Amino acid sequence: MTDTSQTAPPLLAMRGIVKRFGTVSACEGVDLTLRAGDVLGLLGENGAGKTSLMNILFGAYAANDGAILIEGQPVQIRDSADALRLGIGMVHQHFHLVPRHTVLENLMVGRPGKSLALDRAGALAKLKEIANAYGLGLEPDVLVQDLAIGEQQRLEIVKALFRGARILILDEPTAALTPQETEGLFRAVRAMAARGLAVIFISHKLEEVRAITTHVLVMRQGRVVAELRNAPELSGRRIAELMCGRPIQPPTKSASTPGPVLLRLVEVNTAGGERRRLKSVTLEVRAGEIVGIAGVAGNGQLDLADVVAGVLEPVSGRIEICGQPLDHASPRRVQELKVGRIPEDRMGTGLLTQSPLADSMVMPRVHRPPFSRHGLLDRGAILAFARAQIERYAIRAAGPRARTGTLSGGNLQKALLARELASDPMVVLAAQPTRGLDVAAAGFVHSQFLKLRAEGRALLLISEDLEELFALADRIVVMSAGRIVGDLPIAEATVEKIGLMMTGAEAA
Amino acid sequence: MIGLRLERRDAAPIWLRIALPIGAIFLTLLVCSTLILLAGAHVGEAYAHLFLTPFSGRFDTVETAVKATPLILTGLAVAVAFRAKFWNIGAEGQLLAGAMAAAFIGGRASLPDWSLEPLMILCGGMAGAAWALLPAVLRTRYKVDDVVTTLLLNFVMFYAMTALLDGPWKDPLSGYPDSPDIRMEAEFPILLRATRLHLGILIALAAALFVWFLMNRTVLGFAIKAVGENPRAAAYAGMSIGRVILATAALSGALAGLAGVGEVGGVHFQVMAGLSPGYGYTGIVIAMLAGLNPLGVVPAAFFFAVVITGAEGMSRATGVPVYLSDVIQGVALISMLAAMLFTQYRIRIVGRLATASPAAPALSREVEGKTP
Amino acid sequence: MDEIFGQVFQIGFFAALIRIATPLMLATIGELYAERSGVLNLGIEGTMLFGAMTGFTTAYFTGSLWLGVAAAMGAGVAMGLIMGLTTVTLGLSQHVSGIGVTLLATGLAFFFYRLIFGQPSAPPNVKSFQPLPLPLLSEIPFVGPVLFNQFALSYLALLLVPATAFLLYRTPWGLALRTVGENPRAADAAGVNVAIMRYQALIISGALMGTAGAFLSMAQFNAFTFGVVSGRGWICIALVVFGQWSPWKSALGALLFGFIDALQLRLQAGGMFHLPYQLFLMMPFVLTILAMALVSRNARAPAALLVPFRKEER
Repeated sequence: MTDTSQTAPPLLAMRGIVKRFGTVSACEGVDLTLRAGDVLGLLGENGAGKTSLMNILFGAYAANDGAILIEGQPVQIRDSADALRLGIGMVHQHFHLVPRHTVLENLMVGRPGKSLALDRAGALAKLKEIANAYGLGLEPDVLVQDLAIGEQQRLEIVKALFRGARILILDEPTAALTPQETEGLFRAVRAMAARGLAVIFISHKLEEVRAITTHVLVMRQGRVVAELRNAPELSGRRIAELMCGRPIQPPTKSASTPGPVLLRLVEVNTAGGERRRLKSVTLEVRAGEIVGIAGVAGNGQLDLADVVAGVLEPVSGRIEICGQPLDHASPRRVQELKVGRIPEDRMGTGLLTQSPLADSMVMPRVHRPPFSRHGLLDRGAILAFARAQIERYAIRAAGPRARTGTLSGGNLQKALLARELASDPMVVLAAQPTRGLDVAAAGFVHSQFLKLRAEGRALLLISEDLEELFALADRIVVMSAGRIVGDLPIAEATVEKIGLMMTGAEAA
Repeated sequence: MIGLRLERRDAAPIWLRIALPIGAIFLTLLVCSTLILLAGAHVGEAYAHLFLTPFSGRFDTVETAVKATPLILTGLAVAVAFRAKFWNIGAEGQLLAGAMAAAFIGGRASLPDWSLEPLMILCGGMAGAAWALLPAVLRTRYKVDDVVTTLLLNFVMFYAMTALLDGPWKDPLSGYPDSPDIRMEAEFPILLRATRLHLGILIALAAALFVWFLMNRTVLGFAIKAVGENPRAAAYAGMSIGRVILATAALSGALAGLAGVGEVGGVHFQVMAGLSPGYGYTGIVIAMLAGLNPLGVVPAAFFFAVVITGAEGMSRATGVPVYLSDVIQGVALISMLAAMLFTQYRIRIVGRLATASPAAPALSREVEGKTP
Repeated sequence: MDEIFGQVFQIGFFAALIRIATPLMLATIGELYAERSGVLNLGIEGTMLFGAMTGFTTAYFTGSLWLGVAAAMGAGVAMGLIMGLTTVTLGLSQHVSGIGVTLLATGLAFFFYRLIFGQPSAPPNVKSFQPLPLPLLSEIPFVGPVLFNQFALSYLALLLVPATAFLLYRTPWGLALRTVGENPRAADAAGVNVAIMRYQALIISGALMGTAGAFLSMAQFNAFTFGVVSGRGWICIALVVFGQWSPWKSALGALLFGFIDALQLRLQAGGMFHLPYQLFLMMPFVLTILAMALVSRNARAPAALLVPFRKEER
């Protein structure tokens, strides 16, 4: 306590923060200290309380207990307006932008001003100033919907700086970026730290946290379990074990020899948004093989998943499933051809959150025996099926009649998996299957996939999580702007190669 | 500081589903009592007349059941449609379509006697269904908002009907803009002698059972509910949203059309401008009060039948304008909608000392104090 | 045909067009504010009727038409606040809330009219608003009598369009309102209070709808009747869609509608086509549905329309 740098009050101090949702505790007495020039890594699994803590700091949630001090002064942060006034800016994982407004409009909204009319000139000057200081340039009059993901994120950061942020919270900022875009983000973060700003970097990617942060807080179940000053020297394994509280074992993959082609796309094209539209996509997935699709979000993965799921009709091209042609888009036909589908948005596309779990679990096959005959439902068969699956997959639910929405993310995914695997699929399509799941649930999903692979089924795994793809896939196919730009056996794939392809560069 | 907090609840217990509409009705009567006071009447007396007139004699009681008949059917029409989130506010027009079809068939001299009633029911239902299919097709084909079209089509049907009544359908005997009476053989059988209780009430009750069975025990009902709750998930599971919406619309329109058939076949025996005093709109209130449950529609319809018939007696006895029943409908709809929050949330009152109690997602900004 | 043409398209016709379009413009712009903030205000039909009744009654007893307009605005604001309570504070279904507000406001209008005036043999009336010719401007040939010899409220309605365009597109308030309607979470993160913005929009919306009603019972007609609104509110909902949520295009839609309505009145009065008058009354509704079918496929409503905003949810 004699060091002078320690006597000045820190830029930000959070003390004893408690936040509970119903009976679930998100933060249990969290302390956090941040000084000018710090880049603090906030690590933890999904649900560890990182995002809740930051939402409290940004005024989105009210804490049940605890205090926040800015430069030693206790402050009340009731809403985001308070946070902005105190110099706290937040870049959310899901961008808070208006796609149909221009860059400048997105910057100016909510900015306190005295005049009746919008101050366009002043805003332009400030935008230029920020661009020069941090190397974050943006065209002011472009519509946000025309920006690439990386540019949208840059806009989010500029937005925070525009409002005078001294403390910048970045929530999973690299989730949707290419490795190269990530490098650019890191340069901006270093520039900010050098200018005396403080950055909080929320992530679960250990490599990135070690590369950019000055110190690290590891959270688990709402508590800080470790504060590490020398993060760059720490082993990833050590932090990971702190995060989930027990030793972790990477999934083990047995050798497998691919069999016949079970899913084939030939020169498939789709209509729609220019970037996401499929362009001459040709792809094969063999029995006993997991093919991973890598790419930045919005580069055709959604259309690919929809085409295989039978909900999107290609404008041209051919699709064969287990040797049978798929003549027109039909989810029913795809299911009859033995395709199991785990959609990206399990709440929005997969399940009926307001209905009983049993209904969610039979929905795709409710029109067929044993669930119905001649258009009449067999409630007994539906409940029996759900009960059996709940038991088989150890789904934690009050019962088949429990409202679907009351299940946790991991259990919802188990229910979806149970539903799709019950029809004994030969081809399984899974999009972002572990997004938002904790390590245990993700591990369960991964082990199921490897089991399917061992049974000789074909898996198409679309994921933005490169670690997941490297752990599971036999081949990694890279998509960019709706095209397949690379196809590498796992032995030849490296993060650098895949990252380069994701930006659109052809495979060398 | 004290604030209200809403916590999500897992599933609503059965007693709550019955308690909620009753609570909503009490809230409504409480709110509306201010209007009775403004009208210079005694609240207890006015409500006594409102709720007791319909039961003051055999005739009045049966009249309430007569009144409830079209209301059950329009309530069912709305309940089915809203389940699929097909916003059918057009039961009024569909009712008129059914009534006109029934009056047309019922007046045909060329048809054999025995065929009149079945044909009236069939064609009336089909006419209502057709009138509801129009906005449904506009929605599925052209993405036209169904709320606006169903509302506008009510006016179109009303003017079409009055144009007919003023022209080709004008009753040559009376000269009034009413259609000629249907044939005696087409009149619905009376169930109780010396009353107006007609076959329609049996049709309405059977329809309620049928709709309940359809919604809970058939694949179509499953699909209607799935499309209403999450169209994306339903489509992903292989259901055709367009076809389900069309089927829902046809069913909903047919039910509303049957309400019109009953009014022509059992009550008025003709079509006239005042055929429906807003039965289609009251159907919305009834469906919501029933929580969109087909069996709940029956008591809800009887409740409003009481309110509508009782309002006349109340007005005569106390001078409170008969339109109190319209206000009650509006307030009841809003109260019930608000009450339905309780099926999803539990409400907690939190004070400053309650910071140790589990917190929950609040609907709006939290008001409670933060302890530093 | 030339004869019909000459008979129909006279100065009086265009003046009538503006007159008919006035309440529609007021209510349509009112609806526009609500929808741009993300709330579909289906209370419009009832709010207009309640405004018409309140305005008329106030004017009848005070003798002041402008006091009547103020009362009608107040009545509209009250309905807007109820809509805010249900859709913003409680986050209930906007569709059902709106229908509820319309039923409630309609019931209140009928109830109070009957309570105050009983069942008179001749309906009470007021000396309605008279056209207010603007000096000099009304002297301009053709344009003068069409545009500048109108009711004061018509001038107000015409001025409302550029004023609204300025407010929405050129002021921080308008930017905040549009952001709330597109992405309330973004607005919230930028320090904008979503609930307050939506309440403000609903208050403006209700005030304009009430004024539209007052115009009907105190300028277009001189008495309140139960059918004084008769579907105009629903047409305004369609006009907002037709106008692609732009104040200019929506107002243009209202003028177009005024044209159609004035035309059917002329044709009806001229007795040139021997058709039941009900078919003329039906025409605007049919054309509105057709117009909706034409534009809806490409219509892009505010992204957050119909979506309640709940601040803390997980």
